[in-house]
Amino acid sequence: MIVDINAARAAAEQSIANALTIDELRQLDTELLGKKSPLALLKNGLGKLATVDEKKAAGQALNEAMSAVEFTLAQRRALLGRAERNVQLSAEALDLTEHFAVAGRGKSHIVTQAWQRLEDVFVGLGFQVAEGPEVETDWYNFEALNMPPSHPARSMHDTFYVDHGQPGSTVLRTHTSPVQIRVMQNVAPPIYMIMPGRVFRNETTDATHLAVFHQIEGLVIDRGITLADLAGTIEAFTQAFFGAGFTSRLRPSYFPFTEPSAEFDIRTPKGDWLELGGCGMVHPNVLRAGGLDPEEWSGFAFGFGIDRMAKERHGVGDVREMYTNDIRFIEQF
Amino acid sequence: MKIVHSWLRDLAALPDDSEAISFALSDIGLAVESVEKVGATVAGVITARVIKTQRHPDAAKVHRVFLDNGDGTEHHVWCGAFNMQAGDIIPWATPGTTMPDGRLIETKPIVGIPSEGMCCSARELGLGDDHEGILIMDPATPLGVPYGQALGLAEEIVYDIDVLRNRPDAYGHIGVARDLAARFKVPFIQSVPTLAVTGDSRSAPVEIVAGDRCARFTTIIISGIRITQSPDWMVSRLAAAGMRSINNVVDVSNYVMLETNQPNHAYDFETLGGGGFKIRLAAEGEKITTLDGVERVLTADDLLICDATNRPIGIAGIMGGQNTEISPQTTVVALETAWFEPIAVMQSVARMNLRSEASARNERGMDPFGIDISIARFVELLRVTCPDLVVHQGMVDERSESIPPPKSIYVRPARVSALLGKTFSASQITDFLVPLGFSCQQAGADFWVTVPSWRPDCTLEIDIVEEVARHFGYDNLGKTVPKSTQPGGLSVIQHRRRRLHEILLGLGFNEAMPHPFLTDGDLSNAGLPDVAVRLVNPLVVGDDVLRTSLRPGLLKAIAFNESHRRTGVSFYEIGHVYPTSSDILPDESEALGVVIAGSDAPQAVAVWRELATAMGWGARLDQSQVPSGLHPTRSATLSAGKDVVGAVGEIHPDVLDAYNITQRVAVLELNLSRLLAIEPKVAQWKPTSRYPSSDIDLAFTVPTSVTAEKIEKALRQTAGVLLVDLTLFDVYRGKDASDSRSLAFRLRLQAHDRTLTDADVATVREKCIAGATKLGAQLR
Repeated sequence: MIVDINAARAAAEQSIANALTIDELRQLDTELLGKKSPLALLKNGLGKLATVDEKKAAGQALNEAMSAVEFTLAQRRALLGRAERNVQLSAEALDLTEHFAVAGRGKSHIVTQAWQRLEDVFVGLGFQVAEGPEVETDWYNFEALNMPPSHPARSMHDTFYVDHGQPGSTVLRTHTSPVQIRVMQNVAPPIYMIMPGRVFRNETTDATHLAVFHQIEGLVIDRGITLADLAGTIEAFTQAFFGAGFTSRLRPSYFPFTEPSAEFDIRTPKGDWLELGGCGMVHPNVLRAGGLDPEEWSGFAFGFGIDRMAKERHGVGDVREMYTNDIRFIEQF
Repeated sequence: MKIVHSWLRDLAALPDDSEAISFALSDIGLAVESVEKVGATVAGVITARVIKTQRHPDAAKVHRVFLDNGDGTEHHVWCGAFNMQAGDIIPWATPGTTMPDGRLIETKPIVGIPSEGMCCSARELGLGDDHEGILIMDPATPLGVPYGQALGLAEEIVYDIDVLRNRPDAYGHIGVARDLAARFKVPFIQSVPTLAVTGDSRSAPVEIVAGDRCARFTTIIISGIRITQSPDWMVSRLAAAGMRSINNVVDVSNYVMLETNQPNHAYDFETLGGGGFKIRLAAEGEKITTLDGVERVLTADDLLICDATNRPIGIAGIMGGQNTEISPQTTVVALETAWFEPIAVMQSVARMNLRSEASARNERGMDPFGIDISIARFVELLRVTCPDLVVHQGMVDERSESIPPPKSIYVRPARVSALLGKTFSASQITDFLVPLGFSCQQAGADFWVTVPSWRPDCTLEIDIVEEVARHFGYDNLGKTVPKSTQPGGLSVIQHRRRRLHEILLGLGFNEAMPHPFLTDGDLSNAGLPDVAVRLVNPLVVGDDVLRTSLRPGLLKAIAFNESHRRTGVSFYEIGHVYPTSSDILPDESEALGVVIAGSDAPQAVAVWRELATAMGWGARLDQSQVPSGLHPTRSATLSAGKDVVGAVGEIHPDVLDAYNITQRVAVLELNLSRLLAIEPKVAQWKPTSRYPSSDIDLAFTVPTSVTAEKIEKALRQTAGVLLVDLTLFDVYRGKDASDSRSLAFRLRLQAHDRTLTDADVATVREKCIAGATKLGAQLR
């Protein structure tokens, strides 16, 4: 019996070794270990053995043989499985550079990108964002900003007049400053607001000037606000927006709606100065126009162009390019 | 405004350091746009006389020039220009000279004969563009002297400063020098010449008719004048300041203006009709030919200077007339110096588009009391070339009520300190103000400041605050950051707008920014009502329509790109539109436009559905209301309640033709002012079922008259609570135009408490088929 068992085991192991596919092994599983397998049949014959010792020895040999066959089978299955997976993997080889573009995201206008970056920086500095109409009354655009009719400074603004209401009463806002007045009228101080928006100047366009462009304006009104606060806020913005190596400087200037007034320049880490925008302490007449008492409240305002931020960041040689809506331009950013 | 360095140093004890002065100018608000050196000469170039010239057989392109520079030695130079003759005096660059272009002149041999330096052309010395030949100088020029000295060239440093609207005084060297002297804390030394009146009494009487426009008008008669050239130093300074020398009288007039800032006008007294002046408003349509030879037509708002016979001889404060111009024969002049109301001058300048050095000053506001010094200075300078001139008694000084009164401002040091963020005492403030010409009078802790007549900009305490800040230095005030007590952030609407941008970009749309001005016809070409607010003064004639819709701009963008062979582009724009209104302002609102070239209407509806889901918007798709300008059988109005909130569909083919677009264009237009105000419902959790789902696909042949939306609704209703998802996944139209199409829907069924049985699914299926059939659909 032991001889038969060993023979069956050897035969089984041989046929496992001969199997070349997982499918063959699956079949062998039944053939070699199933109820009708040679080993199972031998097991059935155990009872016919004469002595207990014989039965015991043969039983042990049978168990060992079955375990060995199972083990060999598992080993062979693992081996063939790996081989088959390897065949599959090589068959699936792809050249990853053969790909098609995805449908693609749309491109945000670079002025919107600059606008949103600026908003985000000011929000981080504690500002909220206010908006106002682009078509304005003369009162909000000029008069409330300390530029009564025939004020000489009005000639600094090349104004588009709109045929609406009384002649001369309606304009396309020449700056975002009218929003200052609207904010003062509607929001009780303290006010920490920025006002981005589209503005209009009736001047011939060229590579650096547009008739329709965008500004961002800041307004702070609180108790005890000083010119040093203005300088500090410009500095904080400069470092937050442009980077740590940048500094800023105020130079005296003139705007009817602020006094003292200043231009603010920023210095690049290389040491170059760039003129950025205008600023100053809100003029007492402007505070009054906004319904605030200049003896109680003081504040500052500042403003600069958004388009230029986009132009400089992306090295656009001609600002007019930004408004052609040429897909070949838009797709670049 | 060109300010000459040496001129400033005549007026104030300023350092001879152009960098320090340039920095200080910008730091006190007189921004320096450029610093230029004019009249610079090349060291080492001296005058020499040509003794003889000689050709050499081995050098065809050059000849030998023998020079005498007065040192008794003959010098030899090879030269490639042949325009000089023996006896000519020329500039000679001696060996060792560095030319303006950087060339070092050395002794170099040609055919073995050394050349000692170089003969110079005008261009090589930076004296102009002439490089045809060597510069031939005046035969009387002394030999061996620097050519610059021989030509009377003086080197000047010139600051080009940007004079701000509020600083009329800075249009003259005196004003700039005074400001700088205060900054450098050095003495300001304005010479105040006395006017020696020696002649008999001769007057040019003045009648001011329009007193509100002319506050002061002075005349004085000066005789014994000989028209000649101005001295070199004056010519040189005028040139540095950008003015050409004309003759001694005109030059002095300009020089006095550049120095004192006071414009003046010298009339030939002999040609002055009636020997006097009348200042009146022009008659509407009255004409005058100004000094520049142009005939000007005036309005009743322009101010005229007339002679005593009422003949116009100048436009007040702007430009004189041709008829009383100084001529070479002039010997007696009537010198006019006056003060005109600045805003009216500004308006006349704008109306006539006529600008002059005088108008630039007069329209900003002159010092009404600076006149006297300027007259004395005029005489002092003219006497240099006319030693025999006589100033006649009988100066006329006519004034009107409108002369600006002196101003006093109450100034509180505490207020100055509070606004500047640094404590300033009354005496510190006074120390800043007095050198600028302000006078201060203590009043307790505060004081009264009297404003000098040349600073019309200072009227309020805040103006004094600015003067203190300017002269203390903005940079010295420090930088502090105010503490905001409110949190920063975007408003809810701004957040929603940002989200909308992100979704649209994510859907693949590019953001366009078309011009908000439209051209005549753009609206009607887009099928929109041609009713819009217009610009009064457009930049480009015809570009005067304020858009009432984003559609024309977006269609132009599609057309532009199509014309550049880029079809199938899609854009969105979020921007303002400005429809007409009877209110104070047009009915401005924010809009969204989406255009998808090469796509048909359902694509736009799909975009609307995606946006509506994401943004929490709801609206009825009303296919019975075709928005104007859209495709009549492929478009719908989006309505919420009674209001129209948008339009969706395709652009009308007529509109596409008008915009030269050959592709279909799907379009979505929304009123964002309305929609962004909607607070979206926050999505609430629906438990997901643990049990498997079952899908049913149902394809129907549906009459064209029945919308997919109706079938969808019926399926939803009949499927009941087990329906968790329903999508239209296929539309099929047979080739032959028929009155129906096939619509295929997929329904996903699922229960929360059990696995659905085949019987459950079959029941729902039967009900759905019955529901759709009722509407005229037939199961395929």
